[in-house]
Amino acid sequence: MRVSGKGLINRETVLNFKFNGQLFQGFAGDTLASALLANDQRLVARSFKYHRPRGIMTAGSEEPNALVTIYRSGSQEPNTRATVQPLYEGLVAQPQNAWPSLKFDALGVNDLLSPFLAAGFYYKTFMWPRAFWERVYEPFIRHAAGLGALAAAYDHDLYEKAYAHCDVLIIGAGPSGLMAALAAARAGLDVILADENDRVGGRLLSEVEEVGSVAGHIWAEGIGAELVGLANVKVMTNSTVTGAYDQGTYGALERVGHHLHAAPKGLPLETFWRITAKRTILCAGALERQIAFKDNDRPGIMTASGMRSYLNRYGVSPGQKIAIFGNNSDAHRTARDFSNAGVDVVAMIDSRSGVLAQGDYPVYAGTHVVGTSGRLGLRSITIRQDGELNTIKCDALGVSGGWNPSVHLTCHMNGRPVWDAGLASFLPQEDAIPGMSVAGAAAGTMSTAGALAQGYEMAQSAAKDLGKRPRAFDLPSAEDAPYEIEPFWDVGGKGRAWLDFQNDVTTKDVKQAAQENFRSVEHMKRYTTQGMATDQGKNSNVTALAVLADATGRGIPETGTTTFRPPYVPVAMAALGAGGHGKGFAPERLLTSDAATRALNAPMIETGLWYRPSYFPQAGETHWRQSCDREVTMVRNTVGVCDVSTLGKIDIQGPDAVTFLDLLYTNSFASLKLRRVRYGLMLREDGHVMDDGTCARLGESHYLMTTTTAAAGQVMRHMDFVHQALRPDLDVSFTSVTEHWAQFAVAGPQARTLLNGILDSKISDKNMPYMGCAAVQLGAVSGRLFRISFSGEHAYELAVPASYGDSLFRLLCDHAYALGGGPYGMEALNVLRLEKGFITHAEIHGRTTAFDIGMARMISDKKDCIGKTMAARPGLIGVERDQLVGLRPVVELEKIIPGAHLFELDAVPIRENDQGYVTSMCYSPTVESVIAQAFLRDGRNRIGEIVKMVEHLSGSTTLCLVCTTVFFDPEGGRLRG
Amino acid sequence: MRFSALKILTEGLTGNRGWGAHWRDPEPAEEYDIVIIGGGGHGLSTAYYLAKAHGLKKIAVLEKGYIGGGNIGRNTTIVRANYFLPGNSEFYSHSLKLWEGLETDLNYNVMHSQRGVIGLFHSDGQRDEAIRRGNSIRNQGDDAELLSVDQLRKMLPYLDYDQGRFPIYGGLLQRRGGTARHDAVAWGYARGADQRGVDLIQNCEVTGIDIKAGIVQGVQTSRGAIRAKKVGIVVAGRSSQVAAMAGMRLPIESHLLQAFVTEGLKPCIDHVISFGMGHFYISQSDKGGLVFGGDLDMYASYAARGNLPMVEHVAEAGMTLMPMIGKARMLRSWGGIMDMTPDGSPIIDKTHIEGLYLNAGWCYGGFKAVPASGNCFAHLMATGSPHAAAQGFRLDRFRTGRGLMDEEGTGAQHNLH
Amino acid sequence: MRIGCPLCGVRDRREFYYAGHAGALDRPDPAASAKIWDDYLHNRDNPAGLTEDLWHHESGCGAWLVVRRNTVSHAVLSARLAKGDQL
Repeated sequence: MRVSGKGLINRETVLNFKFNGQLFQGFAGDTLASALLANDQRLVARSFKYHRPRGIMTAGSEEPNALVTIYRSGSQEPNTRATVQPLYEGLVAQPQNAWPSLKFDALGVNDLLSPFLAAGFYYKTFMWPRAFWERVYEPFIRHAAGLGALAAAYDHDLYEKAYAHCDVLIIGAGPSGLMAALAAARAGLDVILADENDRVGGRLLSEVEEVGSVAGHIWAEGIGAELVGLANVKVMTNSTVTGAYDQGTYGALERVGHHLHAAPKGLPLETFWRITAKRTILCAGALERQIAFKDNDRPGIMTASGMRSYLNRYGVSPGQKIAIFGNNSDAHRTARDFSNAGVDVVAMIDSRSGVLAQGDYPVYAGTHVVGTSGRLGLRSITIRQDGELNTIKCDALGVSGGWNPSVHLTCHMNGRPVWDAGLASFLPQEDAIPGMSVAGAAAGTMSTAGALAQGYEMAQSAAKDLGKRPRAFDLPSAEDAPYEIEPFWDVGGKGRAWLDFQNDVTTKDVKQAAQENFRSVEHMKRYTTQGMATDQGKNSNVTALAVLADATGRGIPETGTTTFRPPYVPVAMAALGAGGHGKGFAPERLLTSDAATRALNAPMIETGLWYRPSYFPQAGETHWRQSCDREVTMVRNTVGVCDVSTLGKIDIQGPDAVTFLDLLYTNSFASLKLRRVRYGLMLREDGHVMDDGTCARLGESHYLMTTTTAAAGQVMRHMDFVHQALRPDLDVSFTSVTEHWAQFAVAGPQARTLLNGILDSKISDKNMPYMGCAAVQLGAVSGRLFRISFSGEHAYELAVPASYGDSLFRLLCDHAYALGGGPYGMEALNVLRLEKGFITHAEIHGRTTAFDIGMARMISDKKDCIGKTMAARPGLIGVERDQLVGLRPVVELEKIIPGAHLFELDAVPIRENDQGYVTSMCYSPTVESVIAQAFLRDGRNRIGEIVKMVEHLSGSTTLCLVCTTVFFDPEGGRLRG
Repeated sequence: MRFSALKILTEGLTGNRGWGAHWRDPEPAEEYDIVIIGGGGHGLSTAYYLAKAHGLKKIAVLEKGYIGGGNIGRNTTIVRANYFLPGNSEFYSHSLKLWEGLETDLNYNVMHSQRGVIGLFHSDGQRDEAIRRGNSIRNQGDDAELLSVDQLRKMLPYLDYDQGRFPIYGGLLQRRGGTARHDAVAWGYARGADQRGVDLIQNCEVTGIDIKAGIVQGVQTSRGAIRAKKVGIVVAGRSSQVAAMAGMRLPIESHLLQAFVTEGLKPCIDHVISFGMGHFYISQSDKGGLVFGGDLDMYASYAARGNLPMVEHVAEAGMTLMPMIGKARMLRSWGGIMDMTPDGSPIIDKTHIEGLYLNAGWCYGGFKAVPASGNCFAHLMATGSPHAAAQGFRLDRFRTGRGLMDEEGTGAQHNLH
Repeated sequence: MRIGCPLCGVRDRREFYYAGHAGALDRPDPAASAKIWDDYLHNRDNPAGLTEDLWHHESGCGAWLVVRRNTVSHAVLSARLAKGDQL
């Protein structure tokens, strides 16, 4: 119910919303949770395991119970904490994990079966019969489990990433954070102040107390305004710092559009920030914990501080008759505030003896709550005082077992919190995060005055660290009452007392775990699922391990804690992965001929990050094979043009360039003449083939290396390594020019004719022999011409600066058309290379050696090269290795399938008989046969043998003739002709 | 105590007071026939099979922390036998068969769920590799099927087939692949070993290995010296440190692999899906959390925690592959220490010291190997000769170059896997 | 993780390619024994604590760096050019 005169909400602005199909009204400034409580909706959810009725427990992001699904137009967001969901006009929320309805949940039967569903029960059963696990038990468990549901379709909500750098990151804008930010800002530091709430103030927003003789929230508002006005401060509200990472890196989630029914175009729902800070001050406050007692999980039972937040911040009382149960001085504030607000406080129950009332309400000192009633909402509590039981009617119970400083971020780099007996809490380990200090309640400083002073002090010391002169100023007056607590965890007795409300872990479960020798806190957690719910134990871990400590006869410090890990609050995948959806996952690299190619209707295929044309269809062609066969024949008979710019190109210069090349390549480049090109083979240091390509000598000490498309980056990095790390004495420089040059293969008997039609000076066998290269002019454009061939034809590669690539491609195509030729794509390129026996990364796939591909002789014995020594290891050479051969089907046109394995004719196709595998295959229109390359055990000695190809997946078997890899023009006359 | 539905019923009716300890906490004896260093999945299964399959007594497992606290408690729980190189192929096949009988064998429900593992491919070249792999699997006698895009659309309607950066060409399915409840595997083996008399000694850190004249004598521990005729090192994440106690330098660099889980969700992903182009794999736990992971953070690390670049990369991969997971929230991230060998495959072998054995280098694939690893290591330690399914895991393969098992083809040297 | 490149300043880990222990700088003589080569290429101290390893500032200046680092805490202590070790 609403309480008049209380709260920071705007009662002028009424907001309509829907929950569980019912219409309600709230006010601007409400969360969904406060609005539901204002409408007396105590039952909002069901627990995970027993489907017990659940109400709102907290007023923050740590909420374990009130998880709902929010529906916006076109999207649904499961597992949203009602406690942090700002109310907006038209909000639609639905309860989760309840069927057929929230009030009557069929799986509530689990609750009745709970004696049989104790900790770890599923490890002990569901084993018979074996096949029933996947068919019966597991589907049932899966459907019973889970919380909310994802929508099946992708929604188009916008998410973003952003980056920020600062001197000091202050996490939390409560009293300590605000004061730290102010001091740091005044010292001239660049400050980011991040807070989870939609406004600064932290706990001050929920308390009745004065700071600097004004209401706390007013003071906070003033400081906030001052900070926002400073150029060196960035105040990030609605922003939760989610993780602490190395070297001052932090993740933060900003909820940008969650307060809106529909975000304006361009406004993201959330932004994931990566913040880099030189220093950090953690001012994250503390979270209140529960006390375990029988049936402590009913709707209407919440944290005492949460209750106070609803009253003071939202003007809501969660009930008509309020009871409080605590073990510390802070719990009394709740009783005091409700009483002062005119709400009926029926009992302030304190486990400590001798405590006095601070207002007009009954205090039960030295008393415990031992039970509750009310299935769908609290009706009464039973208390025990001096051995006497009494029942008190009430519909809301605030519980305070004490405060746990928010040490979570300090654990993200394996920091272990330290037990403080006085506070009965864990405190952050000092220096757990390099560069981070902790202030306020997060450091165990529980009074407002203390928090202000500590925030101030930490900021001053950060300023000094960073070489700034701190500016001294007076702190405002503030509440400075001591926090008094007597540890009290578990009332004990019969019945079930909840620890983890969402996962339904009770004290019995923890005790049973101990009984079964799951005594380590990690074992207990994993066996009972304690602390593994969506709040990650924020509400329950400390209490649970106190119960475990008791059950195992150890102290809390010896029992230890489990580890808090990032993220502090769960973060949407769409936020963490913002930008990754669709094509955003990886860059797209386009050829200079891309537009012209697409204009020719060529289907584009991905080659690494590049897009390359598959083939160029012509009118009447209905199947890619028709286009491919035509293009192959075209290259063999006239001329074809193909964009080969994706090949890596590395420009190498310097007096020691050739020494460098000799170290990189297996073969020698010392004898390579000016204006000549040579094929080169490169190994990794482990002796396997890394890459192959050509290297042209453009000048006296100027070389141009090409790499395969796939290995371009790897080769460049390797060269940097070899030069800088192994041979920095070599006077050589190199740089990647892959994207500087557009390069086109012009291949076929008419290649020279075509080129002579566009080059300023004519070429001939004499000035441009096979494996020659030269600078050429095309009018005002300076290019490079290489007479190299990946097709086996008389062929060239012509390179021009990339800005001319598009026009050169169009020009080459036009000239090719005139000669009866045209462009060709990747399919034809592959057929051409297979006909000629050339290899690609299908063959040099990382596990092959020079020996395997028949290039052992290319490893020069006159010099060292990378990989040479290891390539000579016994296991990398010899008959037991699979060697590259050619294959063709014995029966014409039978299928050969890449990836299929090879066997001897009469062998059963099992691993023990495996003889190799097919790497590449095509139909060759030139030799009118299916042809293939394969690795075959001792293959080079088996030319002429017939082997059996077996492809189990499609059930194919083909007899294949083993042949050499060269199917066309073995003498190479066409290359040179 | 034998676990059964009936036992749960009777215990439930009597207040669950009768459940006994899963395992004892014995004091270490002065001497054992066999000491296993490391109470993780592999160490526990080794002890179990030493006791069960070889009938050996006087076995101890020494664990410096709590049992099952290493990588068995922090992985993504995938079980499959879809390796394709000889050496790996027969080993993981053996392991999968052991998985299939594990619950009956251990009388412990490890929730082995054969829901199917699907590896997607995104180009003709990758399809050819998938066919090669699929045929290796079939040659080994295990199951593999090639799925067309149309079949995938029916099975996995939530993948982005039209807008994704790397279009989906198909997938390789192993129906017998799946997941298991990782902790339960450790506990099941631990309980089984304990029942057969193995001493599981927690909080007992090995600080030295005693060797005389090239023969192992026992170990020094934080709880005193323990003599042993044979010692097995099974300490993923600390292999180099423990081997150094015996003067060995291993072909291992320890790296960091992160893994992630979302909040619980109603069933939406029914298989294990692997997206090679994005180094991303995902399944949904029985509790409803999406469990997923990616590539190594790619720097040597013993921190067991990672950094944002890989967290974000993994999420980006998830978003391009299956954008419906956008509204799922990552709940927790964690890291494990991966002992990476040069070729990405493990080592189960004798060492040059008599009586000292090594089981190490599981890279990021150790979970699925747990049954066979223990089974084969137990065989080696008990009989002195390698198990037929683990003959390829030799320590000297890097020196000789024989039988390198570089499944990824990235190179048999460090930092390429 | 952030690394101070001696040429570019402190940069995010994403700009770097990692290549393992700095022992890779000490490439043996081609004629050295198989054991020496095996040690060089495969065997590692693999320390839990201080180490020196190689990072390539691939998306930056292209320098190969020797980074002094702690593998347990991830503290980065210093970085120098690999080139400097060799000259």
